[in-house]
Amino acid sequence: MIEWYTVIEVAIATAAGVLCVVLGLFRVKPNDLSMGATALVELVLLGQLGIAIAAPLVGNSPTGSIVEFYIYLIVALILPLLAGFWALVERDRWATVVLGVACLAIAVMMVRMNIIWTVQIA
Amino acid sequence: MSRVPVPVTDQASPVVRRSLGVGRVLIIVYAILAIGATSRAVYQLVTIYSSARVPITLSAVSGVVYIVATLALLLRGPAWYRVAWITISFELLGVLVVGTLSLLDPALFAGSAKVSFGTVWSYYGIGYLFIPLVLPVLGMLWLRSRRDRAVDESAGA
Repeated sequence: MIEWYTVIEVAIATAAGVLCVVLGLFRVKPNDLSMGATALVELVLLGQLGIAIAAPLVGNSPTGSIVEFYIYLIVALILPLLAGFWALVERDRWATVVLGVACLAIAVMMVRMNIIWTVQIA
Repeated sequence: MSRVPVPVTDQASPVVRRSLGVGRVLIIVYAILAIGATSRAVYQLVTIYSSARVPITLSAVSGVVYIVATLALLLRGPAWYRVAWITISFELLGVLVVGTLSLLDPALFAGSAKVSFGTVWSYYGIGYLFIPLVLPVLGMLWLRSRRDRAVDESAGA
């Protein structure tokens, strides 16, 4: 992982998450803004996937388990699709909150992925 | 012409779905926890099981229970309603028992250093932002608020 990208990633996912949760609590149904924010998080994750594939090739290998890292990454990649699909099927305000929760969960997963990549507890 | 259209409750699931309401948030959190706990447990079962049998087995069990709980919350009918109660009660019991044991005897669930963050339930779910502790309580409150509907459904079915 690249540190600055991780920071941006966590910041975007957190901001998108808070935005969607707040929008949802203000009874806004999923719209271009909340769906767009979630889509942006997905894009950023795809960028992370690219980095994760490329980084070891230039000598930046994970210090922790690469398999565990990819489990997190794949689950993170699935989450916006899952939440977005559900939001399209049932467009109520809680769908917006669901989008936000998914983004916030991704932010947490990013932090943990960064730990797997860089910090080892042993 | 005066015939009242038959309410197509089964096809008109939006009616039913809308009443999920805030429960949708609960369900997505359950789903995330279910996917997260299960996928990590599968990974640990395959790679480092022998180094920490107790915590990894526990993680796998909790992961499966979270999956069943997620489905039970999502699906309708009195049977699923009961399954939801059972699984959510099991989770609350799990997080309380394992949480307490992990405080009293850290070695029991520590396993090896490779098992980062311990089990879902260690230290009352601290590795998962205490969500495993809070979620069953919220789940029970939500189930209780839906009790009348579950009874109606069983009467209608």
